[in-house]
Amino acid sequence: MAKVVLEVNELTTRYITRFRESIYAVDHVSLKVESGKSLGIAGESGCGKSTLALSLMGYYFAPLHYTSGEIIVDERNITGLDPDEVRKTILGTEISYIPQAAMNALNPTRRVINFIEDVIQAHRPGITRTEVYAMAKERFELLGLPAEVLHKYPVELSGGMKQRTVIATSVILSPKVLIADEPSSALDVTSQKMVIKMVMDLMDKGIIKSLVFITHELPLLYNVTDDIMVMYAGQVIEKGSAQEMVFDPIHPYTKALMGSIIVPEAGLRNVKLAAIPGTPPNLKNPPSGCRFAERCKYVMPECRVASVELQKASEGRAYRCLIPEEDLRKAYKHEK
Amino acid sequence: MKSNSVILSGKGVTKVFGFGAHKTVAVDHVDFSFRQGEVISIVGESGSGKTTLAKMLLGLISTSEGEIHFEGQLRDIRSHKQKKEYWKNIQAIFQDPFSSYNIFRKIDAVLLDCIKMRGGGKFPYEQKLALMREACSFVNLKFDELTNKYPFELSGGQQQRLMIARVFLLKPKILLADEPTSMIDACSRATILDMLMALRSEIGMTPIFITHDIGLAYYVSDTVYIMERGKFVESGSADEVILRPKEAYTRRLLNDVPKLHEEWDLSTV
Amino acid sequence: MKHMFRQIFQSGRFLVGFAIFSAIVLTVVIYPLFINDPPLEILSRGTFLAPGIYVNVYDSVNFSTRYTLLLDEAVARRVGARLNPDDRATMLEWLTGNGIPEAEIDTADTAALLELWHNNFDSSVRLPGMTNADRNYYIRLTTSLEGLLATEGAIVAAQDTATGGLTETDVINQTDYVNIGEVPNFRVLPLGTDNFGRDVLTELVSAAGVSLTIGLVAGTVATTIGLLLGLVSGYMGGLIDDVILFITNLFTVIPGFVLLILISFSIGQEQRGAFTIAVVIGLTSWVWTARAVRAQVISLRNRDHVNLSKLSGHSIAYILAMDILPYIASYVVMALILQISSGILAEAGLSILGLGPRTTEVPTLGLMMNWAMIYQAHILGKWWAYFPVILVIALISFSMNLMNTGLDQVFNPTLRG
Ligand SMILES: Nc1ncnc2c1ncn2[C@@H]1O[C@H](COP(=O)(O)OP(=O)(O)OP(=O)(O)O)[C@@H](O)[C@H]1O
Ligand SMILES: Nc1ncnc2c1ncn2[C@@H]1O[C@H](COP(=O)(O)OP(=O)(O)OP(=O)(O)O)[C@@H](O)[C@H]1O
Ligand SMILES: [Mg+2]
Ligand SMILES: [Mg+2]
Repeated sequence: MAKVVLEVNELTTRYITRFRESIYAVDHVSLKVESGKSLGIAGESGCGKSTLALSLMGYYFAPLHYTSGEIIVDERNITGLDPDEVRKTILGTEISYIPQAAMNALNPTRRVINFIEDVIQAHRPGITRTEVYAMAKERFELLGLPAEVLHKYPVELSGGMKQRTVIATSVILSPKVLIADEPSSALDVTSQKMVIKMVMDLMDKGIIKSLVFITHELPLLYNVTDDIMVMYAGQVIEKGSAQEMVFDPIHPYTKALMGSIIVPEAGLRNVKLAAIPGTPPNLKNPPSGCRFAERCKYVMPECRVASVELQKASEGRAYRCLIPEEDLRKAYKHEK
Repeated sequence: MKSNSVILSGKGVTKVFGFGAHKTVAVDHVDFSFRQGEVISIVGESGSGKTTLAKMLLGLISTSEGEIHFEGQLRDIRSHKQKKEYWKNIQAIFQDPFSSYNIFRKIDAVLLDCIKMRGGGKFPYEQKLALMREACSFVNLKFDELTNKYPFELSGGQQQRLMIARVFLLKPKILLADEPTSMIDACSRATILDMLMALRSEIGMTPIFITHDIGLAYYVSDTVYIMERGKFVESGSADEVILRPKEAYTRRLLNDVPKLHEEWDLSTV
Repeated sequence: MKHMFRQIFQSGRFLVGFAIFSAIVLTVVIYPLFINDPPLEILSRGTFLAPGIYVNVYDSVNFSTRYTLLLDEAVARRVGARLNPDDRATMLEWLTGNGIPEAEIDTADTAALLELWHNNFDSSVRLPGMTNADRNYYIRLTTSLEGLLATEGAIVAAQDTATGGLTETDVINQTDYVNIGEVPNFRVLPLGTDNFGRDVLTELVSAAGVSLTIGLVAGTVATTIGLLLGLVSGYMGGLIDDVILFITNLFTVIPGFVLLILISFSIGQEQRGAFTIAVVIGLTSWVWTARAVRAQVISLRNRDHVNLSKLSGHSIAYILAMDILPYIASYVVMALILQISSGILAEAGLSILGLGPRTTEVPTLGLMMNWAMIYQAHILGKWWAYFPVILVIALISFSMNLMNTGLDQVFNPTLRG
């Protein structure tokens, strides 16, 4: 078994709003990413994907607060470090994070090289500008980006180029884990492919060891990551290898998600898509039972009684449902 | 559902922005004829001129050149009255639900506008209420929970559904949907598409999807137009264009989309 | 909406500005309820009466019950007030100048000093370099020192109308006091009187009110014009935009204040009421509101919600009023606040130049400054005639600017683009 680079055990974090309400956006989430592997996180808008990404770094600032659980990066437990410590010793070198819409948040008055200087100087004070430039140039060329980009302002770059620049910048210190939150969602297909190619290159060329990739585009996730974890209302609802998750979903929610995939492939025109009625529960006061119960076709009275635990299925596979695996599969077959 | 009459057609439709050094030809002499009842998709990458074309079709911006015919007649929408008449026939759903609504107006006001536009301004309030209820239940929203709320208090998917409810009340002949699902997550997309297709059979309109998602275009449409830098490079039935593309551009687009059953070849970028 | 208000009142700056501003407005409103003298009424003969309580002497002597109070310091105070250290120093100067050795003079010993003075002072003796004014001063001083150390009371006498003879009717002892509450006539002048002898405080309160009104009228006129032109030109574009932009540019090139001076000058003093001035100020200061509104409208007019409103068949007027205006409303409110405060300043500037409203009806802050300057209050050291006015002007514009930046903090993150 390969070395585990990122391990998270029962991590719970919450937002504390201005009105002192707690929103448990990440609720007892556990995950493991081995060296050379990638994990995809999928789920509906608002299910806590971005919050999980933030929480994974151990970098908390209001309104997000750590509640319980542990995070282990490369055998080092980073739970409970204070934000300053995290910024100095974790971000950029151990874990890099590309926030959602990061490319639109770049300061328009600074050149690309200035961003890179910031990142490097935070960890290696005293490094000269020529050294920074040499490092950046080498890294950019390795990733197939022209070195001229370094001297440009963000507005001079196209969307795809900007996103690739953001990625190249965030891995300049070769972090062990890269967390990318919807890095390609705002781009058109060709730019998206270039961005993905670059992320794959990062893994292939050993710049990063593991990848956590967040998106709600399932075909993309299927093609990019080894494992997929589906979240629902702050909880992990099912996880497994990408292949199994897409073609053999267990949980009714995952099943519906996979049934709503649209790809331009023969025979998929005008097939009935699986639509999930209703909306996810409010995380301020989630239901006591199964969180998906409200929208579930197979709901039983027991579902609403007590919270449902993750059930282990085959190796590396787990799902959060009271109905046994086989019964669910039987029901799906019956529907067809 | 297919009928042969052409509902909307254009010849040499062009839009030029700016002049001199800043001249951009956003839409460059495109010809098209959309048949009544067909589902049409216009697919193109970012900046290819899809939105500009949509706005010209809607009459929100003028054409620089070319003619647009509506129901066989040259479209004349110079006066406000003519425009208003035209907009009874053609409506739109925009890309970003969060910026599509006036944040100062409540949901009821949005729907009441539509009733008024269909000549129901003088209906007794009970009747208006019934109409709004019907429209909301069509898109699976509970009207009674929405009264006195503002659109931005809804999720993206719900807002887009409200937009469909609006179209349900207006019953236009043509609906231009400019990237209706690109801002909402894939999970709600199926619901939105389902509703749009249901609406199409309900009121017999001709939907025109404008999208960069070739998968979506394939899934919903009868006829697909591929747009590259302001021009239509390929058009035809969905199966023809998507499964047997002739143009290199179309092939590239298709090649760049991640799929489930075919290898996604990352080496070709 | 409710949320926005809550946010506004959470901004510290806005709150401070709002508190100062409301205090000023409240004073302007409430003060006349208690003291409703006409603000331009002339109270005093003589100019620039210092701030203080003015007690009617006749009433104090004639009608009041007198009380005896035995206060230790009373005599010393009385002497001190009539013979202050400056007087003593000048007396010393005169005496030494007339050959009395300085060692013999003890200025601290009042009795000795007075005696020396009585024995030696002669108003006809002129020291070298002594001016007439100095001489008069010495004569006045000598008179005022009369009976300084007397211990008996002052005698009040009645005149016999037939004979013209005087009969003593009353003696006012040095230990006699009247209760100010029993004196029917006294007047508190917290800020004294101005050059015309008017109560500065009453005048100031009324002037603040008038100036605020001028600011409000000027600001409203400027904002309305700017808003309308900006809305129309930004939304319509094309030829209309070009024409309006041309006019706007024209007004931008000619500085507003110069234009204001020229217009005020050509109107003539008699026609210049406060309202006219306010309107003129408004008419010359709409330019930047128009520009700013236009820029905002241009960024709004292509938004999807405007497109949707068009598709719903709404008219241009409706779209401007319902889909554009609310989005820039906060911005316009901020512009209005700035315009009001700059309107007040513009009026003050004009009046200082003598081009303000006519002086016979109402005071304004600018006019008060103008009068104080013409009558040289600042040279004569009559601070109460101009300093409170400056303070009020400063407070008004300070509070409005604070409110504005406070609003900026609240609005900007949500209403950009
Ligand atoms: N700053 C915040 N304060 C309070 N609640 C928040 C905050 N940010 C997010 N939330 C809540 O936390 C939950 C999870 O949000 P998160 O952004 O992680 O979702 P997401 O899965 O990334 O969604 P998306 O796909 O839209 O990016 C949501 O219900 C959201 O309302
Ligand atoms: N108002 C305008 N003024 C000047 N240029 C414009 C204007 N609107 C669009 N353009 C230009 O026209 C071209 C086509 O733009 P358009 O918005 O129609 O593209 P699109 O296909 O809808 O792209 P996207 O997928 O990003 O929405 C672009 O190059 C754009 O810069
Ligand atoms: Mg997110
Ligand atoms: Mg577009």
